[in-house]
Amino acid sequence: MQQLISLLVENQPGALMRVAGVLTSRGYNIESLTVAKTLDPTLSSMTIVANVNEEGRDLLIKQITRLVNVIKAVDLTVSHAVRRELALIKVYASQDKRAGLLREAEIFRARVVDAAPNSYTLEVTGSPDKLDALISLLHNYGQVEMVRSGAMAMAREKQNKLPIPKFGEAVEEPVAEMVES
Amino acid sequence: MALMTGAQILVESLAREGAEVVFGYPGGVTLPVYDVFYDHPLRHVLVRHEENAAFAAQGFARATGKVGVCMATSGPGATNLTTGLVDALMDSIPIVAITGQVPQSLIGRDAFQEADTFGITRSATKHNYLVKDIDKLAQAVHEAFYIAGSGRPGPVLVDVTKDVLLSKTHYEAAGKMRPLRGYGLQLTPESAAVEAAVDFLWGAERPYIYAGGGVIASGAHEELVRLSEILGAPVAHTVMGLGAMPTGHPNFISMLGMHGGYAANMGVTECDALIGVGVRFDDRVTGRLDAFAPNARVLHVDVDEAEISKNRRADVGVVGDAKIVLRAINERLEATRAERGGENLTARRAWMDRIRVMKAENPFVYTPSQDEIKPQFLMEKLDEIAQGEAIVTVDVGQHQMWAAQYMRFNRPRLWQSSSGLGSMGFGLPASMGAVVACPQKTVISIVGDGGFMMALPELGTIASNGLPIKIVVMNNGTLGMVRQWQQLFFNKRYSQVEISSFPNAELLGAAFGIPARTVDKPADLDGALKEAFFEAGPYLLNVKVAPEECVYPMVPAGGAVNEMILAPQPPAPVGG
Ligand SMILES: Cc1cc2nc3c(=O)[nH]c(=O)nc-3n(C[C@H](O)[C@H](O)[C@H](O)COP(=O)(O)OP(=O)(O)OC[C@H]3O[C@@H](n4cnc5c(N)ncnc54)[C@H](O)[C@@H]3O)c2cc1C
Ligand SMILES: Cc1ncc(C[n+]2csc(CCOP(=O)(O)OP(=O)(O)O)c2C)c(N)n1
Repeated sequence: MQQLISLLVENQPGALMRVAGVLTSRGYNIESLTVAKTLDPTLSSMTIVANVNEEGRDLLIKQITRLVNVIKAVDLTVSHAVRRELALIKVYASQDKRAGLLREAEIFRARVVDAAPNSYTLEVTGSPDKLDALISLLHNYGQVEMVRSGAMAMAREKQNKLPIPKFGEAVEEPVAEMVES
Repeated sequence: MALMTGAQILVESLAREGAEVVFGYPGGVTLPVYDVFYDHPLRHVLVRHEENAAFAAQGFARATGKVGVCMATSGPGATNLTTGLVDALMDSIPIVAITGQVPQSLIGRDAFQEADTFGITRSATKHNYLVKDIDKLAQAVHEAFYIAGSGRPGPVLVDVTKDVLLSKTHYEAAGKMRPLRGYGLQLTPESAAVEAAVDFLWGAERPYIYAGGGVIASGAHEELVRLSEILGAPVAHTVMGLGAMPTGHPNFISMLGMHGGYAANMGVTECDALIGVGVRFDDRVTGRLDAFAPNARVLHVDVDEAEISKNRRADVGVVGDAKIVLRAINERLEATRAERGGENLTARRAWMDRIRVMKAENPFVYTPSQDEIKPQFLMEKLDEIAQGEAIVTVDVGQHQMWAAQYMRFNRPRLWQSSSGLGSMGFGLPASMGAVVACPQKTVISIVGDGGFMMALPELGTIASNGLPIKIVVMNNGTLGMVRQWQQLFFNKRYSQVEISSFPNAELLGAAFGIPARTVDKPADLDGALKEAFFEAGPYLLNVKVAPEECVYPMVPAGGAVNEMILAPQPPAPVGG
């Protein structure tokens, strides 16, 4: 099962290696990992999605927290966290399909960032599920190439009363809602 | 502010942090540092292999509680250190390792003797540094000592590039500490946790204290004894905990676990309240986890939060330094004693009596012999000499377990054993660190013939420094512990466990200038030991023991801790 971990670490050489090492030395596969500076340039935030069995999760968080460079590690797997991912998607579409492709992009609030006679490149952000949904639709319009950023997550404030979805579980929501979420 | 080279700053920083001795081995990249050692008051002991520098640094740290220091050059020097680092990590021993690295301009170009020391030792250390800026060198050394010695102790490595060692800067002693924002130390427990612990303890009818290396690390031995006395609770130690409670204390049972005593293992199985202090529920202790203390609620005191509920769920977890936590718990126990101390007093007394009877009826036993020296007999003889006051370092194997079973320790930091990693070759170099740390103490290194051969080159260090170590080789002619498993579980198909061509000890000793002797008759043992311990300097005593003896009790791997294979009962003594 996928675990979603949000980290605040010191922006020091080796910090990423240490965190990744805790996961890889246990044989956990890292599905995605994003790292960037925070408002405080001496700190970085990381979001990791990894395949970790249920029993291993608490221990993993504690063992990551124990690292000298790690300031905070939070398990957001079961939480109200906002999850977003960015994807750049190039679709090779023939002329007759281009109009339909653009309509699809609009529904998903994807922007065209590059246009060529035989392809469009779209930029889209959203929950990983939304991206999956868009990508599978786009396959109907031609050959697809894609790069994804991996998930970023941020805990929501407590007053939010939305039901708690489990990260990684298929969310059965209509497209429109997914687009909004 | 003086203009100093990186090498000078490094040695100065080590001295400032309180290093008393560096165990090391030089090389190309560390030449500038060794040039500083040439006329610096900081003592350097030249070992014969870098792995042993790390073990010796551990020997120093285990004997004193202070941070031990070792040093190696880049590439092979650094990779040779790694076993000693992992060993220190597993046993939570504070050491700082300094390694040289090729110049920055050459890193990543497969330079001569380049190895990714920073990467290789990432998982071998509590923390590590690669210093590429001379202005960060003193700071890194300062942090390294702090991290190694605080909280859950462990090894920290500082890798320094050669250009940093050669360049110059105005040295400003490390001064203020950079805040280590990610290094969350919790030494003082939350008072709610202490209250929960006190409630847990008064509620126990059959309390059992399982205490380990964390008690030694925090110096909580007196508080531990106090806790046991307030409650009237028996105490068992892990291999790492030996010496925390004096072996002779009436509440002390013995070591528990795979080769623990009968009463200790039955006790933990029957208790209703298990009190783990500075222990990590290692599988050599617990055996099959679901059969370990099956009827007990668990209270776990540990400075490392990640240890609480790691292997066994704790009903009450108290995060904090053992000494501070136990002191707080003892205070609260005293304060509530009048009110609650009577609750289970009768049950607790009956329980303590039961443990004492079980212990008296089931001591460690072996079948004595007139013809061959039984290894357990050797340990009894060594114990007579040590009287619970000598420093004893052991290697890994059967002799290690017999020493743990038969030797007494009146205080902590006398017993040194590579326990978590179980690194053969540890015992002899560890004793070098111990004797350098405590020159006034008797230091005995008990090693197997296998482990002795692994550490053999260090006879050179011992001889050239005149280190007064009494080396006792328990020579059973085989890799005894492996042979024991082949004997018991592989139908005596002895495969690759014979140590043939063990050197003639007298000639070997003479080659290094160390007095030596071999004995194989029980009647000669006393005389040989007297001679060994009478001599002022080092001594090598090669004791040929019965070859097929096994360590008992034994919990087979994966078995329940109360399902021990017991020693064959010795025949009843004849006559008086
Ligand atoms: C051949 C062989 C056989 C063995 N058989 C046995 C056996 O029969 N029985 C046995 O017990 N062991 C045995 N061992 C050793 C075993 O593998 C473990 O190393 C040992 O049991 C661990 O001891 P420990 O639980 O005390 O933990 P340690 O490894 O000593 O760890 C210390 C614990 O205390 C904590 N701590 C550190 N500092 C503090 C502080 N200041 N305050 C509070 N907590 C702190 C740490 O976080 C850690 O959890 C054997 C080893 C070998 C090689
Ligand atoms: C470096 C290393 N290699 C292998 C082992 C596995 N091992 C554990 S005990 C043992 C036998 C030790 O033999 P010896 O040193 O003669 O001691 P004895 O058991 O006979 O007392 C071996 C090979 C180990 N612990 N460490």
